[in-house]
Amino acid sequence: MTSVSETKVQLGGTRGGPDVATLRQDRWWIQPVVTVSILTAFIIYSTWAAFQNKNYYVGVQMHRDLISPFYSPCLASDCVAGSKAGFALSGWTLSPALLILIFPLGFRLTCYYYRRSYYRAFWWSPPACAVADAHSSYSGETRFPLIMQNIHRYFFYAGLVFNALLTYDAIRAFHQPGIGFGVTVGTIVLTVNAGLLWAYSLSCHACRHLCGGQVKSFKAHPIRYRFWKILTPLNAKHMNFAWSSLIFVAFTDVYVRLVASGAWTDFRLF
Amino acid sequence: MSDITMRVWRGDAEGGDFETYTIERNEGEVVLDVIHRIQATEAPDLACRWNCKAGKCGSCAVEVNGKPRLMCMTRMDTLPEGPVTVTPMKTFPIIRDLVTDVSFNYAQAEKVPALLPPPMPADGYRIYQEDVERAQEFRKCIECFMCQDVCHVIRDHEDNKQHYAGPRFFIRYAELEMHPLDTNDRRDLVREDMGLGYCNITKCCTEVCPEHIKITDNAIIPLKERVVDAHYDPVAWLGRKIRRKTKTSAAEAAVQPAP
Amino acid sequence: MTTIENHDYDVLIIGAGGAGLRAAIEAKQQGLRVGIITKSLLGKAHTVMAEGGMAAAMGNVYPEDNWQVHFRDTMRGGKYLNNYRMAELHAKEAPERVLELEQWGALFDRTKDGKILQRDFGGHRYARLAHVGDRTGLELIRTLQQKVVSMGVDVFMECKVLQLLKDANGAVSGVAAYWRANGEFVTFSAKAVILATGGAGKSWKFTSNSWEGTGDGHAMALWAGSELIDMECIQFHPTGMVWPMSVRGLLVTEGVRGDGGVLRNSLGERFMFNYVAPMFRAETAETEEEADKWYDDHSAGRRPPELLPRDEVARAINAEVKAGRGSPHGGVFLDIASRRSAEFIRRRLPSMYHQFMELAGVDITREPMEIGPTCHYIMGGVKVDADTAATKTPGLFAAGEVAAGLHGANRLGGNSLSDLIVFGKRAGEGAVNYIKDGGGSGKFAQSDVDSAIAEALAPFERTEGENPYDIQRDLQEMMQANVGIIRTGSELEFAISELDKLTKRVHNIKVKGGRAYNPGWNLATDLPAMITVSKCVAVGALSRKESRGGHTRDDFPASVAELGTVNFTHTSTDGKWDSTFEVEPQPILTITPELKALLEEAK
Repeated sequence: MTSVSETKVQLGGTRGGPDVATLRQDRWWIQPVVTVSILTAFIIYSTWAAFQNKNYYVGVQMHRDLISPFYSPCLASDCVAGSKAGFALSGWTLSPALLILIFPLGFRLTCYYYRRSYYRAFWWSPPACAVADAHSSYSGETRFPLIMQNIHRYFFYAGLVFNALLTYDAIRAFHQPGIGFGVTVGTIVLTVNAGLLWAYSLSCHACRHLCGGQVKSFKAHPIRYRFWKILTPLNAKHMNFAWSSLIFVAFTDVYVRLVASGAWTDFRLF
Repeated sequence: MSDITMRVWRGDAEGGDFETYTIERNEGEVVLDVIHRIQATEAPDLACRWNCKAGKCGSCAVEVNGKPRLMCMTRMDTLPEGPVTVTPMKTFPIIRDLVTDVSFNYAQAEKVPALLPPPMPADGYRIYQEDVERAQEFRKCIECFMCQDVCHVIRDHEDNKQHYAGPRFFIRYAELEMHPLDTNDRRDLVREDMGLGYCNITKCCTEVCPEHIKITDNAIIPLKERVVDAHYDPVAWLGRKIRRKTKTSAAEAAVQPAP
Repeated sequence: MTTIENHDYDVLIIGAGGAGLRAAIEAKQQGLRVGIITKSLLGKAHTVMAEGGMAAAMGNVYPEDNWQVHFRDTMRGGKYLNNYRMAELHAKEAPERVLELEQWGALFDRTKDGKILQRDFGGHRYARLAHVGDRTGLELIRTLQQKVVSMGVDVFMECKVLQLLKDANGAVSGVAAYWRANGEFVTFSAKAVILATGGAGKSWKFTSNSWEGTGDGHAMALWAGSELIDMECIQFHPTGMVWPMSVRGLLVTEGVRGDGGVLRNSLGERFMFNYVAPMFRAETAETEEEADKWYDDHSAGRRPPELLPRDEVARAINAEVKAGRGSPHGGVFLDIASRRSAEFIRRRLPSMYHQFMELAGVDITREPMEIGPTCHYIMGGVKVDADTAATKTPGLFAAGEVAAGLHGANRLGGNSLSDLIVFGKRAGEGAVNYIKDGGGSGKFAQSDVDSAIAEALAPFERTEGENPYDIQRDLQEMMQANVGIIRTGSELEFAISELDKLTKRVHNIKVKGGRAYNPGWNLATDLPAMITVSKCVAVGALSRKESRGGHTRDDFPASVAELGTVNFTHTSTDGKWDSTFEVEPQPILTITPELKALLEEAK
């Protein structure tokens, strides 16, 4: 198809400098180490939590309505009483978390920010700037499976559905069965968790593109321009939201799990 | 004040090695000042490229302590104690000492299909500030080519140079995609011929950019999303079919004469 | 002699700044074979340093602006030494040239209704500078560069031209050059050659010019038989940084003085009070107390002497340095740190603050700056025909800073970028028409090439000799001290005799190392041009016994009406760089009655 200039790119030639992986003397390896530590810890914890299939819901016996974000919406047929979503998948008897975690996981796996982090920290391609790639050949995201990164925006859409559900969970939590409206530490945890997940989703690069970035003329699309203007500074903080929401969603699960198991009491503030 | 030790790469295509120069430390100097003092005294044949010495032309890109830097913008007192290592940019073939053959970048520039604006009204175009700002960010580029140098796609994989334009040219394509006057569609071109998919957004280009252009967030990712619009998003594809919107493709545009 | 590489073109352009690229576009559009040679890489030319904008009377902000006003402003700024025809063409054609850039992709800042925004600048009656933030020069060069590349013009980078070559009829027909990368020689044959080599400020110690500003085009034109005019007219900025090295040559805006900055010598004295000329006494404060009141309330006291006109300030700085009361690095101190709070300085002068902090670690809120007069732009250059940019030598054209005439004795800010595009285009056209009319042979004598090569290689042959960097340093210090912003007859005479000594020293240069990318050798090949230009500046300055625009004589402080009608014109009799050049006054182009009336109107 191409009729662009056929200018030849010359390959080869001797490169300057010593033949070493890097001449950097600063502690460039800290960032990958931190990334690997946090992500590995999260993966281990979330896998463990997903297979627990218990202690994910604090219900009417404790006068609470708190559900772990890992288990909402609870779609399995054997979800504990009170935690069930409007419908259930009959016959699914494994942990309900396995049904839903695929979506947030997919959203984060294809996220432009996490891609940067795990390509660097886990795949060492490259481990840090101006540090040699650990692989001898490289095709980037041009082939299967990595070409699938392009479906990020569908995970973004799915993420919005989950955000709505978790927001609903958080609102519901303020009504404590048998007591009425009240604020507990648990309601605040759920609310903050939903807020951070919204912030993470809305600051997403695909979101910024779809809301306004894709138009050619902002002058001709003033409303999309306003969206884009709002989302752009959020997008600049996508990294912060990515980490804070990740850590907080795990914390939320821990909190619900502790309360549900009776190891911790959900204090009522007012 | 104490002396400074500079380890400067001396050599050419036949090979080379570090040469160590010990030179008096002066207050407020940048790396380029020190290199100039070495040139004016010990080594008048030490090759380095420079022009404006004010961070505006992008000629003096090298690697200082292993990281791409403009020599004129790197203050000596910001570098850690100990010898300072100065090497040529690694991604491009060496000519001599700190000078590299950056013709790869000029070859990529030749491949860019030109802007294709609509005919100009007699008193000029009407373009609005909100529409020029996005593309203006990319036109700040001073073509130091440090983003090309640091990009591992070509830094560590020479063969990718055949089918990969590199961050500097992705911001150029993004600029044209967002240019209020351009009527071309370059999405096929960046995907198929310019190797946008090779970029794994590890953001080193953004880290080294002396003009602080958000190369990854504002150019490469928006380009990737535009490619998704064109190739990987059935909803967007359907929308286009229904509205019958087509733009001139870059392939067609390239054969049309620019005004 | 082995045959050397040759490239053949219709039009050959030396220099890839704004003027060279614009000329290339013009010639290429007319279907000719065009080549560009540049000493650096494409897109690095000094044009990128221009910040303010390009002046064009488009009337987007003030509809009452038009070419007549722009013409008048340019002539007045140039103290009427301008080539009126160039000023006229420039004012008329600049708007069209700017609009053209938009078709090629330039993105200027906009007005509310979507037109090109224009900003105010000194000497321009209306806001007329099209701009992109503070990087207009970069926008210009990138736009032209991308256009040139898309048109398929051949650009030869890092190729240093040594000499123009002429055919048997005396027409310029090519150049001898060498590749910086490997030091191999190369010739280019062409029917017409356009000089677009830019300025010559590298001959001064304190300069905003890069290593490229060595006046190659000025010198080569002179050697080839063209005339140089107005070489004494050079723009200096009174307050450029002289130390630390990393910011030497950066200009410090007048705003620093307007916001309370004062000049002090090494004794800590605020010396400007001693330099108030009689004509300014009535409006200038006599004591520090009175001056300090002015900053807060302009009606409470008279203006501080630091805010006297540019040349008055420069003269005072010069005098203090010469009296031995200068700063350690040959300037004086500009102190705002001790007079204003850090918060005030950061708020009022943010870009100055950041620039010095980032580039030199100098905190202007805590310490004074070391500043001195800094060479910036040369108004003088090759004498050209306004309409065609043709020089006196057939086949040789010149545009941009290397050409003279448009700016007269002093250039207005913003007129340099528009100069490049207006006369770049005209030079391209001029060359094309010259060729269409049958001019140009592209033939030259091999013996001329051989002698240029032999001269270039001489520094390698000597077993003993001087480091070219030492000669360059001595030249720069000598020119700064004696042919700087304020001149006197005795110093200029001294400079001329020193230049003769430097000429001899250039004949004794020894270059270390090989030919491949050797900056020492490159400098050795630059020095003949630097010395040629320096000689013309010194001789021109000695000849012009008056003060006018960018030429200030301490011993002749006033303007002389009769001298306002002549250009001091330099010619070379034998074409050799190391001989002396002739200088004689030539009458300036007589202005047409209509345009003269236009100027009278404004007076």
